[in-house]
Parts: sequence; C-alpha cells; structure tokens
Amino acid sequence: MAPASDILPTGADRAIAMQRAGINLDEHEAQQRRRRWMLLSSALLAIIIFGICPLFIIVMYSFLSPDDYAGVKWEFSTDAYVQFLFERDIFEESVRVFNTAYLEIYGRSFLLAIYSTFAALLFGFPAAYFMATRPPETRNLWVFLFTLPFWTNLLIRTYSMLIIIRDEGLINIGLQKLGIIDQPLVMLYTDFAVGLGLIYSYLPFMVLPIYASLEKLDFRLVEAGFDLYASRYRVLRRIIIPLAKPGIIAGCITPIMLGGGKNLMIGNLISLQFGSSRNWPFGSAAALILMAFVMIALMFYVRTSGGGKVRAHG
Amino acid sequence: MADVAIRRRRMPRYLNLRYQPGFGTLAILCLVMLYAPIVVLIIFSFNENRSVAVWTEFSFDWYRAAFQNEGIRDATWVSLKLAGVATVVSTVIATAAALATTRTRAYRGMTAVYLVINQPLVVPEIVTAVATLSFFALLRTELGIYFGFGNLIIAHTVFCIPFAYMPIRARLEDMDLTLEQAAADLYATPWQTFKRVTLPLLIPGIVAGAMLAFIVSFDDVIITAFVAGPGETTLPIFIFGAIRRGVTPEINAISTIVLAVSVLFVTLFYFISRRSR
Repeated sequence: MAPASDILPTGADRAIAMQRAGINLDEHEAQQRRRRWMLLSSALLAIIIFGICPLFIIVMYSFLSPDDYAGVKWEFSTDAYVQFLFERDIFEESVRVFNTAYLEIYGRSFLLAIYSTFAALLFGFPAAYFMATRPPETRNLWVFLFTLPFWTNLLIRTYSMLIIIRDEGLINIGLQKLGIIDQPLVMLYTDFAVGLGLIYSYLPFMVLPIYASLEKLDFRLVEAGFDLYASRYRVLRRIIIPLAKPGIIAGCITPIMLGGGKNLMIGNLISLQFGSSRNWPFGSAAALILMAFVMIALMFYVRTSGGGKVRAHG
Repeated sequence: MADVAIRRRRMPRYLNLRYQPGFGTLAILCLVMLYAPIVVLIIFSFNENRSVAVWTEFSFDWYRAAFQNEGIRDATWVSLKLAGVATVVSTVIATAAALATTRTRAYRGMTAVYLVINQPLVVPEIVTAVATLSFFALLRTELGIYFGFGNLIIAHTVFCIPFAYMPIRARLEDMDLTLEQAAADLYATPWQTFKRVTLPLLIPGIVAGAMLAFIVSFDDVIITAFVAGPGETTLPIFIFGAIRRGVTPEINAISTIVLAVSVLFVTLFYFISRRSR
C-alpha cells in the first residue's frame, strides 16, 4: 500500500483519515520511522565516527603519558592535568609548585574575546538597527553588504588587516609622512592587533542576529513609548534594546564560542603541544579544558534564551 | 505602508519615530572597517613596486608571477579537489538529514539527532583539529588504516555537514506544504512527489547549503593544517606560509583572485535567489 497519506493533516484528523483509507497505522508508523532513520543514517554515522569518536580519543590521550617522538605511551597518568596547574620544582622532582601561567593564557584569551565582543556590540547594534529601519527596497542591499565579507576568506581578510597596521603599513607610513610620528607605532603582534582582528571577524556574527530580531520589532510599541513622552534615548533603552535581547545574546555568544578556538593564544598553546613540544597528552588536556569553557558558555546561552527550544522546533 | 507614506512626504528627521542619532554614522563606520582593508589589499596587488604601502605604478606583474608560481597552482588544485568532493558529499548527506528532521512530529531521539548534527559547530575548531589528528594517528599506528588524501576529505566533509544542513532545513520549513499535498492527492507516489515537487522547490536551499559548505571548506586553515599529509598543501595553507615568510604583492594578487571568485559566487546567488522569490 502506497503511503500517499504521508503529508495528510497531522493529529487526530490524520488518524481518522488513515483509518478510513484502510491504512494500518502501526505499520505505517514503522515504515516512516525506518525511512527517517535511513535518511539520517549517513549524517549520524559520519559525525559520530569522525566527529564524536575523536573527542573520546583525546579524552583517553589526556590520561596517557607522552611518547618521546610524537604520540602517546600506553601508560595511565594524570600528569597532563597536573601540569596545567602545577610546575615541577627544579631541584626536587616530587615537589610541585602552583603555576598560573597556563591559566593566565586562558584568562587573557577569554578576556580579550569578551572585550572584543563588547566592542563589536557597540558598533554592531547601531548598525543592525540602522539596517532594520531602512525602507524594504534598500534593506536587502545593506544585508548583502554586511554579509559579503563573511563569505570571503578570513585568512585573507586578516592578512589585509596586517598590511595596514604593520610597522611599514599604510597607517604608519601615512602618519610618518604627515610628520605626526617619527617612529612607527608598533601595533602588530600586540593585544590591540589581536583585538582588532577579533572585532573584525565578529562583526558580521554580531550584526546579523541582532538585525534578525530588530526586523521583527513592532514599531507600534516605539510609537506608544513616544506617546507616553519618552525621549529617544529612553525608547531605545527601555523598548528597543529589551526587545532585541535574544539577538544580542545570540550575537554575543557566537564570538565567545568562536573566540576560544580562533583566539591565537589558546590555539597556539594547543598546536605547540602537537608540534614541536611533542606532548600530545598535555595538548589533549588543554583542548578539553577549552571545550569545557565553551560548553559552559553555550549552556548559559541555552538557559537564558531558551535557545535549545528555538533550535529544536525551527 | 505607513512609513512609506511618511518617507514620500519627506518628513523631517526629528519626526521619524525610527530615527536614532548617530546610528547611521556607526553603520557606515562598520562598513568602512569591513571593506577598507580589502580595498587596500586589492589596490596594492596592482602596484608595480614590491612595497604594499607605497604606490608607484599600475601593473599586472604580480598576477603574472602568481599564475606562474607552481606552488600556487598546485595548492589551488588541491583546494578545489578537496572542497569539491567535500561539498558534494556533505550536501547529499545534509539534504537527506534535513528531509528526515523536518515536517515530522517530535519523535524520540530528535533532540539527540540535532545535537549530533550540530556537533561540528559547537566544538571549537582547534579542538576538532587535534581530535581528528589524534583519531587518524591512532587508526594508522594501531590498525594500519590510512586513507591518504581521504583523511582530509573525510575531515572536511564532516565539518561541512552542519553548514550545508542549515539553509536546506530552513528552506524545507518555509516551503508550502499544500503543493506536496496536491501531488499526493493526484496519486503521485512519495518518490514522484519528492522528485517532481519537493526537490525542485528545495533547489535554492540546496544551492545555498552547497555554497556555504564549499566556502567553509575552501577557507579552512586550522583543521587542514593538522590533518593534511605531506604534499597536501591547500591554498589557504600556502598563503599562510607565504605570509610568514614575508608580505609580498604576489600574496595580494592571489588573495584578490580568491576574493573576486567568492564575491562573484555570492553576488550571483544573491540575484538568483531574489529572482526566484
């Protein structure tokens, strides 16, 4: 029997209609379930085997000891995690000294990500609002202009930033020619440069979700605010920003999530362990600690915005 | 409608309810910040001089140099092969997954399915990179399994799946169900309905998903750097290495070409999707 009833109304109506048509409900359900899992199987298998399995492998690696060349020795050890917090005393093998160097790297990375996110919000919110209040004909063009850089290679965009701010870059040469400075301002390889790069890559992620929530904003509420003698600033603060909150949270959480991985300092630390330091267990542990932070941020997001529900039901 | 009328009569700004002072300036500033570096990059790719800060004369020399550079040619070919295969495979997988996760009533395990499909998005890229490296290293040393270039293709395909999945699912959710119901009413089999009705309507979503997957794969640096074997240098990895050796207009030239191609793609897609609406 061909289940032409696949797309009939759902719920009770559907059950009645199908019974009238003489379709065995249980059999039909089972058939649908089989088809659904068949369609899903390739995606699930690919991601479970090549995406989730590897995570368990680095969990395992983080509890082994490093091999002299690359890779791991099959000996259980918690050294990787201990090394994260403590340092071996130079004179006494067994004495451990509390060492905050690695924690500081994480702290600085996240702090920089948070500052950059905030800066991106300061620019991104007004830009998103401006876009959302354009007339419909030009609105698409604005969205297009803001999304276009997102589609272009991030490495190339970062490189283009580098050629502007380096010592012999456009800014320094320009300022020197104007006689404002004699020595080039050192901007490259500083926190400022990293922050600028982060803001640059966050901006589209910030603007688009805020725009999406502002576009749906009911401007009758703004009108009501003005009718009640609110100032423009008060309307912005008490009506527009609260209504755009889901977009703002989504815009802020994406960079923080990406920030962990894209941020140079943590990334360098981890990749160094898999490269010249040849300490895979420590690299695995550092990666897992990063992931734990990101997961906490994500859980916070799901909690505050009900993001999980939104996602599950489209 | 009301705001259109207001606009036509050219209301003074202080009467426009939507106006917020300074927001337009900031929006323009954002655009300047986004585009200025790119514009500088493009301009200096045409500079005759070796410098990327002092303009001397217009020339195509650096483009000629880039085209003649064998390293760039090989890397471009590797990137295209990799992104092409990863895009096709991940888009097919993602389309099937999207069909199975939309328009069904909630079923047991649905949340878990979403979590699995979105997993590559949630995990930081550097973590995915080291995990994938460890996984393939373990396969090779303990089980003797090694796919060569296939390792890279598998890694890229997996992280492309959620990117391809998102637009396809969004399209499926926006689609009008009544057309499919009409097909079913006219005694089309589910397969016929899919082929003749669902699939044609779904094409813009699939194209968007494939494009996103292609760009994500073509741009990737971190995962590729960890997983790639010897001789598997992709274009971004090549550019990254070249930047470390020093800034030259040759990098500007090849970067400009990559930018031009992505902009062309996106612009084309933008106009196609607008017409179909």
